[in-house]
Amino acid sequence: MQIIKCENITLSYNKEKIVKDLSFDVIDGEYICIIGENGTGKSTLVKAILGLVNPESGKIKYSGVKQNEIGYISQTSAIADNFPASVYEIVLSGCLNRKVFMPFYSKKDKEKADYYINHLELDEIKKKTFSSLSGGQKQRVLLARALCATKKVLLLDEPTASLDPVATKEFYEIIYDLNRQHNITIITVSHDIDNSLKYADRIINLSKDSFKIYRPDELITKGDKNNV
Amino acid sequence: MFDLILEMFSYSFIIRAVIVGIMVSLCSALLGVPLVLKRYSMIGDGLSHVGFGALAVASAMNTAPLKIAIPIVVLAAFLLLRISNNSKIKGDSAIAVISTGSLAIGVIILSVSKGMNTDIYNYLFGSILAMSTEDVLLSVILSLVVLLIFILFYHRIFSVTLDETFAKATGIKVNVYNMILAALTAVTVVLGMRMMGAMLISALIIFPDVSSMNISYTYKGVTFFAIIISIFSLISGICVSYIFSLPTGASIVTINLLIYIVCSMIKRRN
Repeated sequence: MQIIKCENITLSYNKEKIVKDLSFDVIDGEYICIIGENGTGKSTLVKAILGLVNPESGKIKYSGVKQNEIGYISQTSAIADNFPASVYEIVLSGCLNRKVFMPFYSKKDKEKADYYINHLELDEIKKKTFSSLSGGQKQRVLLARALCATKKVLLLDEPTASLDPVATKEFYEIIYDLNRQHNITIITVSHDIDNSLKYADRIINLSKDSFKIYRPDELITKGDKNNV
Repeated sequence: MFDLILEMFSYSFIIRAVIVGIMVSLCSALLGVPLVLKRYSMIGDGLSHVGFGALAVASAMNTAPLKIAIPIVVLAAFLLLRISNNSKIKGDSAIAVISTGSLAIGVIILSVSKGMNTDIYNYLFGSILAMSTEDVLLSVILSLVVLLIFILFYHRIFSVTLDETFAKATGIKVNVYNMILAALTAVTVVLGMRMMGAMLISALIIFPDVSSMNISYTYKGVTFFAIIISIFSLISGICVSYIFSLPTGASIVTINLLIYIVCSMIKRRN
């Protein structure tokens, strides 16, 4: 089942067209990786899917998932260094998108936050302040918040950019597990070609003025992994 | 000492000041957390100067000061918010232009309409005698409205303060909450201004929060300690000012400063 469908979208950044006439769809449970050089519009594409920027032309359609029900992890941690907030407070704030009129968190919201805190092994640091955590822990907290905001889709914009190799590997394994065991659709922007090939079902390769979409095995059999 | 404090509370103007002061401190402490974290502290400062200009206009027209000042300052708050969110204009210098401009215009209006008198001093540095019973009632009602709105939107304001992009992506109307925050700040600034004065009111927004950020590391904790610090310094400031015949606003700010120093020392130790 298609859950997101991009039809002939054109995106621009600072009035310059960077993505032209891109069409693809995202199928429920898929793991999609967006790769490409800097300035080819990867982050802009992510923002367009989230509804933060409007495509200049073309349409993005959603079915079975609302635009505000997409969990999101940003490129660099958008949270100020010394922001006083506990892990629990941050994770719980992910539940806000489904509360239209209710001003406070329900018991169900708290149970959900606790579930993901437990699932991502954050119990011990639940009450700690966010700024005191390591890079890997911070990304797991933001992942838990994103999971509270979604049932189905996670969008990740270079989530491992500030992580060391061990934490990166760990993070990709968690994401892969969420994708396979919990049927959460993953759309991730990455510079990390090896991990993209290892986990992704499909790869969208953006380059200046064009794009290619393929499966990882097509790339490996062609042997042009280095030309990506 | 105890007798002196008891005697102090037999004056109705002091009771009025304490009531309005507690309400305003509560509002400013709560609003201060997101304002300081969003680096909007300068907006509070800018608004107090605009408020001075508006009070001068109200005084020249001989009308109720709050009714004129509140709408003007709320509008100014939206303007300042736009300026600081617009990266093309240099936010801090634009705020300085607006705030010093209103201050200057206010001084001219006051001196032309009434001649240089104690009004200017009172508006700049605050006066505990300034409030009538009607003012107190209006101030209490408005502060209750500010508190209610803030509590209803507490979690959303937290989310917007923490991470605007995530909030926007998950469907929270970030601009609406920024505007609510600006409007609430404007009302609080105007309410507190006559007691604290235009020069000192922004201290009430900033000090309790930067102090409590030194001793607590969760959002709830920072909010809680900011309220305690804010109300404690207000009441002790009024007592000090009565006992030693010092200006009230300045006494409250000085106590806040002392608390800030103690809090940063506690942080260093840990």
